Amino acid sequence: MRTNLKTGLVITSVILLIGITRYLDPVCCLTPTRPPAFYQITLAVMVITIIVILTNSIATRRVGWIYACIGLIIGLFVILKFEPLTKLVSMGLRSMNAQSVELASAIDFRWLGFSYVAFRLMHTLRDRVSGRLPELTLMEYVIYVIFFPAYSAGPIDRVQRFVQDLRRPFQLSMDTALIGGKRILLGIFSKYVLADGLALFTLNSINSSQVNSLGWLWVMVYAFAFRIFFDFSGYTDIAIGMGHLLGIQLPENFERPYLKQNLTLFWNSWHMTLAQWFRAYFFNPLTRELRANPRNIPTPLIIFIGQLSTFILIGLWHGISWNYAIWGAWHGLGLFIHNRWSDLIRSKVSCLESRPRLKQLVRLGGTLLTFHYVSLGWVWFALSTPAQSWNTFLKLFGLV
Amino acid sequence: MTQDKTPDKISLKRVIIKGLLLFLLFDLLFAPLAPLPTLGQISAYNVIFPGRMRLPYGEHPDQAYNLSLYNLEAMFASHVLADIKKPLDEYRILIIGDSSVWGYLLKPENTLSGYINAANLKVSDGRLIRAYNLGYPTLSLAKDLLILNYAIRYQSDLIIWLVTLESFPAVKQLDSPIIQHNPSMMQDLISTYSLDLNLRDPRFEIPNFWDSTLVGERRALADILRLQLYGVMWSATGIDQYYPESYEPPQENLAIDESFHGLQPPNLNPADLSLDVLSAGINMVGNIPILYVNEPIYISHGENSDIRYNFFYPRWVYDQYRQLFAEICQTKNWHCLDEWDLVPPDEFTNSAIHMSPFGTQTLASELEQAILSLTNP
Repeated sequence: MRTNLKTGLVITSVILLIGITRYLDPVCCLTPTRPPAFYQITLAVMVITIIVILTNSIATRRVGWIYACIGLIIGLFVILKFEPLTKLVSMGLRSMNAQSVELASAIDFRWLGFSYVAFRLMHTLRDRVSGRLPELTLMEYVIYVIFFPAYSAGPIDRVQRFVQDLRRPFQLSMDTALIGGKRILLGIFSKYVLADGLALFTLNSINSSQVNSLGWLWVMVYAFAFRIFFDFSGYTDIAIGMGHLLGIQLPENFERPYLKQNLTLFWNSWHMTLAQWFRAYFFNPLTRELRANPRNIPTPLIIFIGQLSTFILIGLWHGISWNYAIWGAWHGLGLFIHNRWSDLIRSKVSCLESRPRLKQLVRLGGTLLTFHYVSLGWVWFALSTPAQSWNTFLKLFGLV
Repeated sequence: MTQDKTPDKISLKRVIIKGLLLFLLFDLLFAPLAPLPTLGQISAYNVIFPGRMRLPYGEHPDQAYNLSLYNLEAMFASHVLADIKKPLDEYRILIIGDSSVWGYLLKPENTLSGYINAANLKVSDGRLIRAYNLGYPTLSLAKDLLILNYAIRYQSDLIIWLVTLESFPAVKQLDSPIIQHNPSMMQDLISTYSLDLNLRDPRFEIPNFWDSTLVGERRALADILRLQLYGVMWSATGIDQYYPESYEPPQENLAIDESFHGLQPPNLNPADLSLDVLSAGINMVGNIPILYVNEPIYISHGENSDIRYNFFYPRWVYDQYRQLFAEICQTKNWHCLDEWDLVPPDEFTNSAIHMSPFGTQTLASELEQAILSLTNP
């Protein structure tokens, strides 16, 4: 209790001290704009403190309170990810502060890394309900939620595993330093050389309408596929490497996803911690519920509903737009088709064992098909409207 | 326990020291080796990607799929001119000049070279006339000379050099960043052709040793790489500049100001203009003919247009410049064209020298006539 109080005081003091910089002239280096009025910050700190105390003390008795907190996080998430709503909030905040609402824009109200913070918070709240959350001090909890190497782009660690590393005495050894250093260098190379290099010619909303050759359009789609991989896996490498140097072994997020032979294996090796999170907190509970339904829903339909809804949600997590939702549906549908296909050919797969060459060929075909399915899916992800994406699809197949 | 730790510490130190030493060695060796010109010659253009129709230049690289860099080797290596050995049936024309030649706001096919090539002209011996755009934005005759110095290796049969008074003032010859970042080349030209320019002009960016190391040259190196990567977008779109949705037209109402780069009426002193740079061009190319063209300008009819033609030029100085240009052409027996008022005001885009496709085509037609009369005497 005493430790938690100390931690709380330190956090509050840091926030208030940053808030005081409002009164320094010119605007201090800590914030891009002048912080809000001191009384507003104090009020916000008080409200958050009350919510934390209540969550900590009454949550065991009142599960509804936990779900209200989860609802609050999702609400905030929706505000941040849905531009018209973000702009509306910005207008509200501006009018409260006697500023012109004309100047309001969606970019006024941004929170770097909130998606990942939200996942960690919801994971701990949900585990609190199910009794799987270990005893944590406030300091441990805050370090877990805002652990800086993984703050902006993951991976999404589980608190049970994270806290074990955190509590373990740690002294940096040569081996750890080398492993961590190598990962950081690999990450920097992936992100700043490969991904940023590919970014110069990846598919986007502007160049998709300018391109005048089918071949180069495919090149731009492939470039996007590799750019997003090197960008994201590069960030993950940097995070994991930094974690190593600090004694925290963050989970892996990518495992050669473009070399997988089917979509299910792809999603077991692409942004693995996100997929695991959704499996644990959405897909599994949903399919359990559907299985328990007295109306005896057929298994294929349960799988269809589960996969489609899970991946539409994953799509919307990137931003609330039609294109992200379609991208999610593309993958949900792909996974369902693969699931059914696997069931259908299960009996025939064993005959491949005696024909290694054919088996190799089938594997290669599977890898190419999966890679292209995923790459075409990026067309929805990279462009801003369904019409733009559809036109690009038509162009890719020479239909316009 | 101690045995476990000591080797670790020693090894870690060694790794760090070795790494730093290797990096330092590589970094420092970069300066004496000066590999950038050689690296500039290695290009994906004309191999993987088609060569560019004009020299790389771009203020908005992400939208133009093009960028400004100062490595002339890399710039020329990306140009279509560097592609092939000159065919026997080609009559090669190199067009140099400022942004109006380069084609600001114009697609490659709407530039002077684009229109001349589209005309499929032939010289009397049957060779096909092919024009190459070597214009480069920024107004300076010295900059044009620098480009010409590179271009003559490409076996041209005729050079067309478009000029305008704004490129002539001696005081602004070395203002162009491409000159400033290629000091030794420009200094060589000044010495070789005894140009009336300061060899030790402070505007020259003379790199010191540290600027020439790998760390110092990182930007130049990155620019070469970026130029190669933008080759994909150039190939895919044929776009090599940013075309804004709208732009400001040339200024119609003008200030009551008769000064021109510090010069005052009534008389223009020829010594204030770098006419010697034009002569240097003639000396540089030897037997290859040069056609000098005074390019069209926007002629305003707005406020104070009685004392100024446009934003750039007071009437007194421009009229005297034209007279001087004509006199020099006559006395030195140069091939010259004065097309200053050829293009109507409506056919200018965002400045007093940038023309619309129609304006450019009008000028190209005049040039075609001049080319034919020069080549088919």
